[in-house]
Amino acid sequence: MNERKNLIKFILSELKPKGPIFTPFNIITAPIILVGLIIIAIRFLKGLGVITHSSQELPWGLLIGFNVMTGIPWAGGAFCMAFVVYVMHFEKYKPVVRSAILWGLLSYTFYAGALVIDLGRWWNSLNPFIGNKFGFQSVLWLIAFHFLLYTICAFLEFAPIIAEWLSLEKIRKLLHSIRIPVVILGVTLSTLHQSGIGALTLMAKSKIHPLWWSEYTPVLFFLESIFGGMAMIILIESLMYRTLPHRIPEEIHGNYPSIFIGLAKGCAGTLFAYLTLKLSVFIHVRGWNYIISKIGGWYLVEFIGFGFLPLIILLLGIKRENLGLIRIAALMILIGILMFRLSYIFIAYKWYLPWGEKHFATWMEIWVVVAIILIQIWILRWIVNRMPVYVIEQEE
Amino acid sequence: MKRRDFLKALGIGLMGIGMCPLLGKAQIFREPEEMEKSPEFMGVLVDTTRCIGCRACEAACAESHGLPVPDIDDISVFKTSRKPSTQQLTVVNRFETEKGEVFVKTQCMHCNQPACVTACLVKAFQKQPYAHVTWDKNCMGCRFCMYVCPFDIPKFEYEKAIPEIKKCDFCFDRFKKGMIPACVEVCPQEALIFGKRRDLLHEAKTRIYKDPDKYYHHIYGENEVGGTSFLYLSKVPFEQIRFRTDLGTTPYSKYQKIFIDVVDLIFILWPVTMWSLYELTKKEVGNE
Repeated sequence: MNERKNLIKFILSELKPKGPIFTPFNIITAPIILVGLIIIAIRFLKGLGVITHSSQELPWGLLIGFNVMTGIPWAGGAFCMAFVVYVMHFEKYKPVVRSAILWGLLSYTFYAGALVIDLGRWWNSLNPFIGNKFGFQSVLWLIAFHFLLYTICAFLEFAPIIAEWLSLEKIRKLLHSIRIPVVILGVTLSTLHQSGIGALTLMAKSKIHPLWWSEYTPVLFFLESIFGGMAMIILIESLMYRTLPHRIPEEIHGNYPSIFIGLAKGCAGTLFAYLTLKLSVFIHVRGWNYIISKIGGWYLVEFIGFGFLPLIILLLGIKRENLGLIRIAALMILIGILMFRLSYIFIAYKWYLPWGEKHFATWMEIWVVVAIILIQIWILRWIVNRMPVYVIEQEE
Repeated sequence: MKRRDFLKALGIGLMGIGMCPLLGKAQIFREPEEMEKSPEFMGVLVDTTRCIGCRACEAACAESHGLPVPDIDDISVFKTSRKPSTQQLTVVNRFETEKGEVFVKTQCMHCNQPACVTACLVKAFQKQPYAHVTWDKNCMGCRFCMYVCPFDIPKFEYEKAIPEIKKCDFCFDRFKKGMIPACVEVCPQEALIFGKRRDLLHEAKTRIYKDPDKYYHHIYGENEVGGTSFLYLSKVPFEQIRFRTDLGTTPYSKYQKIFIDVVDLIFILWPVTMWSLYELTKKEVGNE
């Protein structure tokens, strides 16, 4: 009984903010989040049309384009690192595995949660999971179900850290004993839904420009989630190291350069495979017939500017062991993935529409997306400040 | 290998196989071909050479679906090319062609194997046994149907807090009462005829054979996207009346098959392979 009281006391004490409240970061981001929440409230009261530019012609907008199509591959680092460390036993990446899983867990919770904003009939959003209305034949059903299952997996992968934080030794042992099966299930689910997002585009064949539509799209999307996930880890870790160094044990500090270079190598390898596959698709569809046009120019910007160029910068960074170059490349890769994905809902999608009938995001959509990312960062900071995210686990 | 590890491996293997019916095999047990085994599909033959652009079908459609009835005497609407909307499930457009002006009615084509039905993750879209593609209120509003429909038919009420998807339902309620679709009933020119899809194809071919100079020799909807219930005849090539002629004859639901097929494969191969890799790379601990 006394133990339980102590536990509750401990949780209450942890809920209080640590450190100064009025930092520049807080002062800037808090109002942004507040306005974002107001916009979300307006959407639920007045309908989607008030905040989005989604139309009868282009039904999907930035909210789906960012939350599902982009946020999920950005979170791919969770399954990559879990695979590398827990399945393949690569000790080197142990210091970053917990934070990678945490980023994955937060991304899936937030982006899948934020998706509800874009569902026109959101009160039915549990229909794919309960009742008798399973649309098994739909790729989107697979994705919805996998989101749910993977979020549970990511939570179970992260749960031992929560148990450590609360000193619940029995629960931690239990969670630890099921970790490997959970990780394996998580990687399997990730493979399928990361590629499944690409499979959504397959049925829109007549509406997607031939340079983008390909039966390999699911594989391309899966590869994007691997190098995108690793690029995200490079950036997140750099950010953590700069902003919360006191939460990272001294002995890890020295390992960071070699971890980053290792991640950069993994990133470069998958990016190379990705570009080669894209090139083969280009040859299959006789891409040179389309390349001399506006849309062809955009394709080149994507392929060269945000695929080939980051690869070169990565390789340079690896060769010179220059972390700055690696970070620049990682940032370019993340922006690149955002662009590749938005192409499938704005630019390559219905490329034949006259420019005037095309629309892009409203400021409110962009605002909501930024607010959601900021909330995610706030919660990330809250957790890293309290739970033992940066601890090198000992073999058991 | 310890007994515990063996049980763990067995557990993972069984879990993988157990997931298949749920997440893998289940994906394909409702193959679209099954839909073709149902009673014979009904359809509508739209002979655009007979249409005079009176728009009586638009008014009849609006009336029977409880939507605002358009003013059909207003011919200024022909100045622009219109598309069906949440307020108008069918519209008639006028096109200038090499053989003069042609009026074309547009509405849902009621595909034999509709992309929207395959896309829907809550079965809000259904292909009814007699060809009607209908929408139901358990929809979650994800708009994947709009993303994939090759004819851009489903429309979403963006301006409402409680929105619905609106599209032609082939007058499903009237059909259940034994009535023919409102647009067909009201057409003064018999430009629209309702019947079994098979009979309509015979009729369309007969018209082309009997009057080969009057018609362009193609029935739009016979094979497009695997066949549709609305069939069109025209006196000019279909590009001239703004039909998409690049859709192909493959049902759109087939394009995702390549992905669905590997779902099982990954669910069986991935866990086993990963478990093997795990055992392979494990450090020796103690004197095992």
